[in-house]
Amino acid sequence: MNSNPEVNDPFAGERLKESHFHPRQALLNLRDAWSSWNGYKFADYYYDEEYEYFCVRNSCATYDICPMQKYIVSGPDAEAMLDRMVTRDLTKLKENRVTYVCWCTDEGRLIDDGTIFRLEADRFLLTCGSPSLAWLRKSAFGFDELQITDMSDTIAALSLQGPTSCEVLKKMGLVGIENLKPFCIAHFPFAGSEGTPLMASRTGFTGDLGYELWISPDLALAFWDALYAAGENYGIQPYGEAATNMARLEAGFIMPGMEFNEALKTIHFQYDQTPFELSLDWLVDFKKPHFNGRKALLKARDQGAEYTLIKLDIEGNKPAEESFLYSDQDCSKEIGYVTSAMWSPVVKANIALAMVETAALKGSIWAEIYYSKELRHHSKVAKCTIQEKPFWAPERARATPPAAF
Amino acid sequence: MQVYDNIIIGGGHNGLICATYLAQKGQSVLLLEATDGLGGLATTREFHPGYRVSVAHSLSHFSESVVKQLNLLDHGYKPSSDTLDTIGLNLDGEHVVVSGGQVSGVDSADQKTYTDYLSLLKRFAKMLKPFWLKTMPRIGDNSLPDLITFGQLGLKLRLLGKKDMGEFMRVATLPARDLMDENFNNDLLKAILSWDGLIGSKMAPRSPNATLLNMLYRMSGQHHGAHSLPEGGIANLINALHSAALDAGVTVQTGALVKRIIIEGSSSGLAATGVELADGALIYGTRVVSSADPKQTFLNLVGAKNLEIGFTNRINRLRCDGYVAKLHLALDGLPQFTGVDIPNGRMIIAPKLDAIEFAFDDAKYGGYSQSPVMEIMIPSLRDQSLAPNGKQVLSAHVMYVPHKLKGGWTDEARQHLYQRLIDTLESYAPGIEQQIIHGELLTPADLEKTYHLSGGHWHHAELSMDQMLMMRPTYEAAQYSTPIPGLYLCGAGSHPGGGLMGGPGHNAAKEIIGAKK
Repeated sequence: MNSNPEVNDPFAGERLKESHFHPRQALLNLRDAWSSWNGYKFADYYYDEEYEYFCVRNSCATYDICPMQKYIVSGPDAEAMLDRMVTRDLTKLKENRVTYVCWCTDEGRLIDDGTIFRLEADRFLLTCGSPSLAWLRKSAFGFDELQITDMSDTIAALSLQGPTSCEVLKKMGLVGIENLKPFCIAHFPFAGSEGTPLMASRTGFTGDLGYELWISPDLALAFWDALYAAGENYGIQPYGEAATNMARLEAGFIMPGMEFNEALKTIHFQYDQTPFELSLDWLVDFKKPHFNGRKALLKARDQGAEYTLIKLDIEGNKPAEESFLYSDQDCSKEIGYVTSAMWSPVVKANIALAMVETAALKGSIWAEIYYSKELRHHSKVAKCTIQEKPFWAPERARATPPAAF
Repeated sequence: MQVYDNIIIGGGHNGLICATYLAQKGQSVLLLEATDGLGGLATTREFHPGYRVSVAHSLSHFSESVVKQLNLLDHGYKPSSDTLDTIGLNLDGEHVVVSGGQVSGVDSADQKTYTDYLSLLKRFAKMLKPFWLKTMPRIGDNSLPDLITFGQLGLKLRLLGKKDMGEFMRVATLPARDLMDENFNNDLLKAILSWDGLIGSKMAPRSPNATLLNMLYRMSGQHHGAHSLPEGGIANLINALHSAALDAGVTVQTGALVKRIIIEGSSSGLAATGVELADGALIYGTRVVSSADPKQTFLNLVGAKNLEIGFTNRINRLRCDGYVAKLHLALDGLPQFTGVDIPNGRMIIAPKLDAIEFAFDDAKYGGYSQSPVMEIMIPSLRDQSLAPNGKQVLSAHVMYVPHKLKGGWTDEARQHLYQRLIDTLESYAPGIEQQIIHGELLTPADLEKTYHLSGGHWHHAELSMDQMLMMRPTYEAAQYSTPIPGLYLCGAGSHPGGGLMGGPGHNAAKEIIGAKK
């Protein structure tokens, strides 16, 4: 996988790994804007973050999810083990369906969120942002008929998002892809290989119409070429971390390191969060008699969250990045802080996610915004309005079949 | 369908004690014991036709409060007013003897120091004594009773006076080696005075940890740490506990192996509602109180799937490997230990601290020592019913014999260790080998199997700083209640710990009765 020709590289173990799609993505990374994710060389952006963002919203674009962590949990105990680990009721998840889940420590603090794919009755794929094998193994203790396989490096995966994504897949030959409903999985033949080696799920992290495509690494480049050939007239373009962050914020999705601090990496007492603080109440199913953190979460729910993650529409057009929030225009009483903020081009609004003291939610909220104009620093205090719905949730994200192009 | 107020798992002394307290409060109690006899490691059983013995062979810290509160004297308990001598055996017969607070066979400096040393330890033991029979505070919980317990401990410490308090803080976690070297000259004396702080643990003289606390724990009994045997031996105590239980109305069922604790789930969470026996019978109870060890209780009987992830992993990591084997010999007559007139004391073969340390070194790496150290008693001298007329029974605790022997406990390994023990005994009691009618060696692996005891550990879980007090067996289960409503612990794996003491059974019952109000 590593194309570094030097045989005796003294830093071999330190260098970033290259994704299965790297040869193609490197050619398109005109700005050489690389950072990293889980040890992989990973693009912040390829050409221009705003351009890539507009591709996601107006045509289609691909996001490399090879570095995302992927685990196959299989065996007769797989359902019971995962069901006890996550806060949602997994027994209700049907085959070939995907669900969004989160999991907590015994103390009810959020470790991570992710998606679980039920591939077969006894076979699940868990995907998440950070390495989780240690926690999975701890969770599996006491479940004997179970296997956990880290597939992070051995599944190539690409997210294709945007209004023309379905059309591109149709052009590529994924017969019937238009009938795939949100959070469903389908398998397709590919390039004369035996069986149906290409798995498509109607999932993503943009809040838009989109799919995630899963294939074995040896077919990765052929798959890329076929996809980009089909997408040529549909505005296909790779997008990086920066555009993802814009799209997910419009959709109201949370990010580790932004909205929440993973509990297993948190040092300071209660600097991590409960799902309730993150407004993920709907993920916690107390009808389940048992799951990890249940007792602590029940207590947390009854006590009420001290802070609550909310969506804010902020007056003006200056992004409220890292702003403190106050209950008054004079900024005398601090009530919270912004976790993510941006000017949303598609909504045409100044939006943000913020952690605010629950008790202060009923009153008014003001953001103290610092910004600079041609090297001069300015500050302003802007009125904030709480938004209940995601900023961006287009009809096409759910439409089946999606509109043709 | 009958629903008991309490189903007690395990008929060891703690199970019996807990059951009796609860029954005395008018609660219905069913006690289930897997084996055919009551008493757990203190069960007196026949190991050869006509010869009986119990794994536990003396008493050091059985709770006087329990004796009083359960009226054990009325139930036939006959505690002895005199204590057993502790005899440090010397090959040439020049023994060191600790008897009635005095030591002989050492120089006058050691004799003088011993008096001071003993009185200091007694002051420490007195300070700690009330806390063995108290529920430890919950970590992170600032409830009034918890704060009071903390406060009392602080106050007791302060009341020791500046000098003693400082000294206690200094020596509390000191290795036995340092404590002995700074006090005494005689090697044999150092070894036998360290013995009670080490036996039953995976600790040796050079291990810093809870050796002194273990000594002080064992000094909480009637004779301040000196061992004794009731008239009629260990069986006398167990019979009295059994009688008290029956008298209070406890239903006792032996030969009833619990296969699992029934956990029922509903939208209000999980709860323990009964037990399933090995024969498939289901018995229901409002509470299940387990005197089985924590690993057995949580991992085998409850199951990880009913517990939380962090908690399960903490239980799994509990250090529970036993390091004490048991040797039982049926003897044709009284063995002649060189220089001992009548071997009716507690004899220790451990010529010096390094002898103990080196035996431990072997066990650390999965072996056993070629020069084992041991504590020997002839219980039949105190209770003639243990052996046919004129015959005797020898009982020995052998350190350090690992639960997990490298290569496994094969017949060959067992035979080899047995012979090493006999050879060792032969050198101190010439001719003993000829007197042997039958011998039985119980490794920790055997104890595990026979007594349903994880790791074959005397104390169910190592009595060390990280597994003591409010960490015993681990936080979230250190106040006898557990993360599962309706499930309680009352065995040696809970505070204060193991040995024939009765604290866990007493404290658990108090918690259960208190919680009901």
